[in-house]
Amino acid sequence: MSETVPITVRVNGRERTAAVAPRLLLVHFLRESLNLTGTHVGCDTSQCGACTVLLDGRSVKSCTVFAVQADGEEVQTIEGLAAGDDLHPLQDGFWEEHGLQCGYCTPGMIMSALNLLRENPSPDDARIREGISGNICRCTGYQHIVNAIRNAAERMAPA
Amino acid sequence: MTSANAPLLPKLIGERVKRREDPRLIRGLATYVDDLKLPGMLHLAFRRADIAHGVIRRIDVSAAAAMEGVELALTGAELAEHLGPMPIGTPFPAPDHYSVAVDRVRYVGEPVAVVAAADRYLARDAADAIEVEYDELPAVVDPEAAMADGSATLHEGFARNVAVGGYQGGTGVNAETAQAEDDSAMDAAFAEADVVISQCMLNQRLAPNAMEPRGVVARYEAGSDYLTIWSATQNPHILRTLAAGMLGLGEHQVRAIAPEVGGGFGCKINIYGEEYAAAALSRLTGAPVKWIEDRTEAFLATTHGRDILGDVEIAAKRDGTILALRAQLLADIGAYEVLLTALIPTLTGMMMNGVYRIPVVRHELTEVFTNKTPTDAYRGAGRPEGLYFVERAVDMLARELDMDPAELRRRNFIPAAEFPFPTQSGLVYDSGDYEAALDTALAAADWESLKAERDAARAEGRIVGVGMAFYVEVCGLGPSSVVPTGGWEHSGVTIERGGKVTATTGASPHGQGNETTFAQMLADHFSVPIGDIAILHGDTGVVKQGIGTFGSRSQAVGGAALMLAAGRAGDKMKRFAAALMADHEASPDDLVFESGRIQVAGAPEVSRSFAEVADFAYVPVPLPAGLEPGLSEEAFFEPENNTYPFGCHISMVEIDRDTGEPRLLRLIAVDDCGNVINPLIVEGQVHGGLAQGIGQAMFEEVVYDEDGQPLTASFMDYVMPRAADLPAFELERTVTPTPVNPLGAKGVGEAGTIGSSPCVVNAAVDALAPFGVRHVDMPLRPERLWRLIHDRDQNGGQP
Ligand code: FES
Ligand code: FES
Repeated sequence: MSETVPITVRVNGRERTAAVAPRLLLVHFLRESLNLTGTHVGCDTSQCGACTVLLDGRSVKSCTVFAVQADGEEVQTIEGLAAGDDLHPLQDGFWEEHGLQCGYCTPGMIMSALNLLRENPSPDDARIREGISGNICRCTGYQHIVNAIRNAAERMAPA
Repeated sequence: MTSANAPLLPKLIGERVKRREDPRLIRGLATYVDDLKLPGMLHLAFRRADIAHGVIRRIDVSAAAAMEGVELALTGAELAEHLGPMPIGTPFPAPDHYSVAVDRVRYVGEPVAVVAAADRYLARDAADAIEVEYDELPAVVDPEAAMADGSATLHEGFARNVAVGGYQGGTGVNAETAQAEDDSAMDAAFAEADVVISQCMLNQRLAPNAMEPRGVVARYEAGSDYLTIWSATQNPHILRTLAAGMLGLGEHQVRAIAPEVGGGFGCKINIYGEEYAAAALSRLTGAPVKWIEDRTEAFLATTHGRDILGDVEIAAKRDGTILALRAQLLADIGAYEVLLTALIPTLTGMMMNGVYRIPVVRHELTEVFTNKTPTDAYRGAGRPEGLYFVERAVDMLARELDMDPAELRRRNFIPAAEFPFPTQSGLVYDSGDYEAALDTALAAADWESLKAERDAARAEGRIVGVGMAFYVEVCGLGPSSVVPTGGWEHSGVTIERGGKVTATTGASPHGQGNETTFAQMLADHFSVPIGDIAILHGDTGVVKQGIGTFGSRSQAVGGAALMLAAGRAGDKMKRFAAALMADHEASPDDLVFESGRIQVAGAPEVSRSFAEVADFAYVPVPLPAGLEPGLSEEAFFEPENNTYPFGCHISMVEIDRDTGEPRLLRLIAVDDCGNVINPLIVEGQVHGGLAQGIGQAMFEEVVYDEDGQPLTASFMDYVMPRAADLPAFELERTVTPTPVNPLGAKGVGEAGTIGSSPCVVNAAVDALAPFGVRHVDMPLRPERLWRLIHDRDQNGGQP
């Protein structure tokens, strides 16, 4: 346990260096070392998506990535989404459409939706449902989440 | 001093107000229990039994204790010197149950030792280093076999593994003894019947699976003999009471806090061994400690729900009149009784009247121990099981009589004019208009066209069915006579200097949105901007008293308490305002709150601002006669009865002939939860409930093998609905207010869960009816459906 590995990761635009145990999961690096507790853990088996972040622009489940694998890469978490007080359109969409209840799945859900909208800026409802199928929400029945992502897609569409 | 140009504040009750709790949640800034960090905090890990049943022959924690970074490692026997058996909340006899097993384990996942270490990885390593050997005992897995001669038993003093035996309710039953005394009505009804329907059905075991697993942080301060405990719980006040008792403290020495909680669904009502153990280990180590459950532990050690076998018989006339219903219920409650375990199945029995005017209804309930995780509340808690049995049986009767299931139900409804309606089990349904809900659902679904669509699909060779289910449930729990913890709720309302409002509620929301709905109510009551109101909850150091959030009670009971306290604070404020307007001889009774001012009704030119009156109340010079300074009032609300929301769900299901895979094509839900404060939030509650009920119908099941090994201990083997599995739900509402609280609100948290499971199964059975299928147990596994289709095909049963 004494052995550590130095890593440098750009997290939400800020460079962070740390010496981490090789077995430290990225999600624990974010939550424990950097205090970015918006990324949640809902399972141990990369099934629920609560821990979803963007690694070099692509969504990954940070419970299944070691912190050392992010060395030299760029990570974006829920905390890096809003620009100051200006919410990201997905955050506005989730708020507007009541896309969350307990909020535990929400950061991961929003990060997955961000990935989806980057790949497909105007998905229909079936595509949205498909796109978030790696994320489990136990509260909402997904309907308001689908509305939220559609709402965000409309906001993000070039006028 | 006039309000001539003040903008009028809009009324908010009934509006789709965006939630006030969302900004922190959508930015990742909320604080759940795992987000807490205290200086010097240790991390706990539990070593858990990997066998279902056995005596601990040897347990050795020395290797763990010797590891660097490990502060303390304790066996169950060692911990038992500091923690006695855990309390339960029901009047039924229960075996001793320790936080960590002392000498014998009774389910896979039961803790046998606990370690405290400097970080969570180390704690896990240390738990793995503990050596345990067992003398295995035969596992008791099947609840019927559990009662048979020669079965192994789990607990001394509970012969044949029976926890609750032959507990009866309904027609001809002596409520005191829970035993039948008079069979004449039942015998006569069955003798008179033209048709008898009889079916045994399983309402299977489920894992609640709140997305946030359980977790606790405990800090015992030796200098002041004071325990602060943060827990992912639905009811911090109950946690305070029970933790104080377990640690030998008074309630004045314990502060319990539910921080942001990531869903509960009933499984965070119970106060668990890990919570008590954390408090004890903080006291023993002198350091704050944290324990966070992982998902596999959640499958093993967080309470399960449901798991009742129902053998149901209905006696009816050929015209569809139901004469009697009787049910034998067998609940598999797992290895121990925890907080409400034994109570939940009694609610199943109480609901066997459903929405029908059945003159003779009786149930007999037996609860047995098996080597499985204990059961407790799961969304609906006893009512979904009961309504499932009734609604499946009624559907079978409709098929037997070749009647439209809507028509059969209509014929047997309790008529709107007959409320309040006493049921055979002793409940009194508060209000209802079932025909209105049925008509709304039939219109929303376009029932006749839906059936025509099904017939057309069948003509093409597709396997399609439509189904319907009705439900009524007990909510807004309830009078203290029926709730073991007390059934009231508490609230405090303080009008601060400057005119802002702080309210506290003993309800402890964890996704239900009460920070918004309660603020809507106060904004309207005081006619102030919603942004001027704070709703505080989930902290016994801030909220003086409370019960908590379960049983769809926070609006119906907590909301009523809030309005009582608000009424008191407002009345007092009007007296201060009247004193300020003494020149105008304003009487407090003539004053009204209007858009940030307090004014004489009908004479808005005579007014004071809300803020000015609030300031005066805190520096009242001169103090008006008969008034104390300040504006802070509180109230307890004790409901006179439960509430009984109801609704009608309709669905269409298609089954793939080649794979057996079911697909839910449509789900129409009409729910009546009385008056509604925020329709957006109510829709969210219904959606979530529907998804869980559909999950039970189609996907979810906790499975054990014959040795009591759980086969579903991760999200890889336990299937919950994902977005692509569900259609867009079609919702409608009818509104039948309840008379039992001043808001007329009945509660909505569990509604969707209750109607949707039988509705979807009824549709699936309709789809399979051409193959001669009368019933299929949940979940609708493709393999199960494929066999039903293809076994019949081979036998020439193809339509
Ligand atoms: S916590 Fe990473 S997928 Fe569940
Ligand atoms: S909002 Fe609770 S799990 Fe999604």
